[in-house]
Amino acid sequence: MIKRSFLGLAKPRLQYNLVPDPIQELPIPGTVTLLLKEPQNGGGATALKVGDAVKTAQRLAASPDSAEYVISSVTGTVSAMAPYIDAYGQKYTAITIQASGQDDWDDEFKKEQTIDTALKFFEYAPGSPSFKPFADPEKSIRTIVVNGMDQDLLLTANQYAVQNEAAEIKSGVQALRKMTGVDRIVITVPDILVQQANTTGAEVKTVSATYPDGLPHMIMKEVVGQVVPGGNTPEDQGVSFISAEAAAALGAAFETGQLRVTKVVTVVGKDGKTTNVRTRIGTPLRDVLQACNVSLNDRDRLILGGAMRGAATYSVDLPIEPRTDGIVVQDEADSAQTTNYPCINCGECIRICPVKIPVNMLVRFLEARLYEDAAAMYDLECCIECGLCSYVCISRIPIFQYIMLGKYELGLIKTAEAASA
Amino acid sequence: MNNEKKLVVAHAPYWHDGSKISTKNYNIIIAALPAVLMGISQYGAPALAVIAFAMACAMIWEVIMNLVLRRPIPIGDGSAAVTGLLLGMLMPATAPWWVIALGTFIAIIVGKQIFGGIGFNPLNPPLLALAMLVISFKGVFDFNVALRHYDLGFVMTYPLADLKYFGTEAIAKFSLGDLIMGRQAGAVGSTFGLGLIVGGLYLMLRGYTRWEISLSFLAGVFITALLFNLSDPAKYAGPFFHLFTGYTLIAAFFLVPEDSSSPANFIPMLIFGALAGLGTVLIRNVGVYVDGIPFSILLMNLANPLFDRIRPKAIGKVVENA
Repeated sequence: MIKRSFLGLAKPRLQYNLVPDPIQELPIPGTVTLLLKEPQNGGGATALKVGDAVKTAQRLAASPDSAEYVISSVTGTVSAMAPYIDAYGQKYTAITIQASGQDDWDDEFKKEQTIDTALKFFEYAPGSPSFKPFADPEKSIRTIVVNGMDQDLLLTANQYAVQNEAAEIKSGVQALRKMTGVDRIVITVPDILVQQANTTGAEVKTVSATYPDGLPHMIMKEVVGQVVPGGNTPEDQGVSFISAEAAAALGAAFETGQLRVTKVVTVVGKDGKTTNVRTRIGTPLRDVLQACNVSLNDRDRLILGGAMRGAATYSVDLPIEPRTDGIVVQDEADSAQTTNYPCINCGECIRICPVKIPVNMLVRFLEARLYEDAAAMYDLECCIECGLCSYVCISRIPIFQYIMLGKYELGLIKTAEAASA
Repeated sequence: MNNEKKLVVAHAPYWHDGSKISTKNYNIIIAALPAVLMGISQYGAPALAVIAFAMACAMIWEVIMNLVLRRPIPIGDGSAAVTGLLLGMLMPATAPWWVIALGTFIAIIVGKQIFGGIGFNPLNPPLLALAMLVISFKGVFDFNVALRHYDLGFVMTYPLADLKYFGTEAIAKFSLGDLIMGRQAGAVGSTFGLGLIVGGLYLMLRGYTRWEISLSFLAGVFITALLFNLSDPAKYAGPFFHLFTGYTLIAAFFLVPEDSSSPANFIPMLIFGALAGLGTVLIRNVGVYVDGIPFSILLMNLANPLFDRIRPKAIGKVVENA
C-alpha cells in the first residue's frame, strides 16, 4: 500500500504497474465453476442437468436461443448447479463441472467472422468483451478502443497480452473490423508497449501511467477527445471498449479454430509480490492461491480485481470469471479500515478527483440519502468510479461505497419512475 | 465448511494513504510549539498555565458534552486539544482562569458541539470565543493594561493599540526585526512571527493546511495595508507592520485555514483568504477595534457556503438549457 508522502503539498500520484510478470501456466483444475447470468428457475427450462457430459469450449445456456451463456472451459461432467448472487445483487446460476483432465474440443464454433458469431461465442471470452452494443439499433458504434491498459493498480494481465500476444491482437483487430464494420480501431498502451502495439495494425495511442488514466472514461476524454456525459456509457457516444486480452482471445480463436478458455490473472500476495498465472476460466480461487503459495488467515481480505476498484469476496471456492484480471490478498493489518467520522471539509478529495466533482458536498447529500439532489446538484453521475476520494479521505469515510450506493439507488428511482410513467 | 478461513469483506478501495485526523491535529500542535515556547520563555509560568489550562478545559468540555449527548468520545483525535491550544495562544499571559474556562466553553460547546462536533462548525471555534471575550471583557484583552507589570527588555506597549490611539509616529519605536523575533507585547502564542512562519511552512509543506488560504490571507493584508499606506503614509501604517503585529500571523497559518469553516475549492479559497485579509486591515484602520482578526474572519466564515458555490464544472456534467 502506498502511503502519504512526508511532504503532502503535492497530491499523491498512483502509478500503474508497467512491467508484466512472466506467466505461470496452471494445470487443468479438478473442478471449474461457471457463472451463468440467469437465475436457475427464472428463464424457461434449463437445458442443462447435473450429470450431463460437456466438452471444452461447449456453449452452455439455459435454452438454445438464450442470449446469456457460458463457455465450458474443461471437458467433464456437470456435478452441481446452484443459485449464486454477487455483491451487486446480480443473480447467477453457478454450474460446477468435474473435469476429466483431458480436453475434448467442442466443434460448434466456426470461423465465420460475423457479428452473430461474436455474440454467440465471445461474450464469455477472457476479458469479458461485450458485443451487444454492435447489435443494438439505438447505438451506432464508430470507434473501437482496444484497451491495453489495466483497470487497476498492480495488475498487468492486459499489458501482458499486448507485450506477448501482439500477433493474436493483430488478427483480433482484423476480425473486429470485419465483424463489426467499424473502421477506426484504436489501441491504447503505456509508452513502453508502443513497439508491440505498432504491429497490431490498430491506431496506436499512448496513455500515461498514472492512475486512473487507463479507465475508459479517462481514455474517452484524453485519447478519443470526447467527454462522456454523466450517466452515459462510452457506448452511448459511439465508442466501444474491449480489453487487449479479449482482442487476443478473438484473434487466437479465428487463427486456431478453438475458443480460448484460459484467463491471465495477476495474483498479488500479502507482501505485494505480483505473479501472473494463466488458468482455465472457472478455476476456484483456492487452486490459484495454492499455486502461487499464498496462504490466507482469518480476517484477511481476498479481493477480486484490484486494490482500488475490486470487490472483496468471502470464499476461496468462488471461481475466476472472464472479467477477473487480478486477485489481491491483503493482511488484516494492511487493509484500509473506514470510520464513522464526519467529513471535516479538508478538500483532499476535491483536489484529487479526476473529474472535478465537489466530493465534500456530494458525500453529505449521500449520507443524508438525498440521491436525486446529489445527482442534480453535485454531479453524482459524473463519477468514473476510481476510488481516489476514499483513498485520500482523512476521516476515512467510505466515500466510494456511498457513491456506488447512490448510483444504485438512483437507478432504482429512475426505474420506478419509468414504470409508473 | 468449518475449516474455511473467515474473510472480511468491504467495499473498494482497499488501499488508504494512511492519513488520520489525529495525525493532522498532532502536527498542528507540533507546528504551534515554537511560538508557544517563545511565549512561555518570555512570560514564564503564567503563560504555561494559560496554555495548559485552555487545552485541559477544552478537552474536558468536549468530554462533558459528548457524555451529555451520548455521542462517542473522540477525545484522542486532538481536535479539542488544538482548539484549546489556539485559544490559549490568543490570550494574554495574565488572563484569569474564569475567562479561559468561559472561552473554551464558547469555543467547544457553542462553537462546535451544538452544531454536531468536528466537521460541522460553521465558524472558527477559537475565533468565535475570542470575539465574544473581546467584546465582553475589554480589560482582559487590553494588552497595555494586562501586561503592565511585565518588563521584558523591549517596548512593552501593544503595537496595534499604539497605532490606533497615537498614530504612525507612535509605532516608529518598533523595529521590524523586534516584531519578527517576538520582541513585542501581545498574546502568549501570537507574537513570535518567525516561529509562526516556520510552523505555518511546516503545515503547508506537509499538506496539513491549505496554503491557498494562508497565502491569500497574507496577500490580502499586505495589499490592503499597502494601499492605505500609499494613500496617506502619515495616517496609516505600512504593510509589514500589519503583517507582523497583532494576530495576523497566527491567524494566517492556524486560524483562517481551519477545515470546516473555510472553502475547499481553489478560487473560493483565494477569495476567502483575500477578503478576510482585507477585512482585517479595514477594521484596524477605520474600525473601532484594535485588531480586526476575529471579526473579519468570522464574517468570511459566514459567507463560506456561498464562496464554495464557485466551483469548476465537473467533467461530464450536462447542463440542460431550457
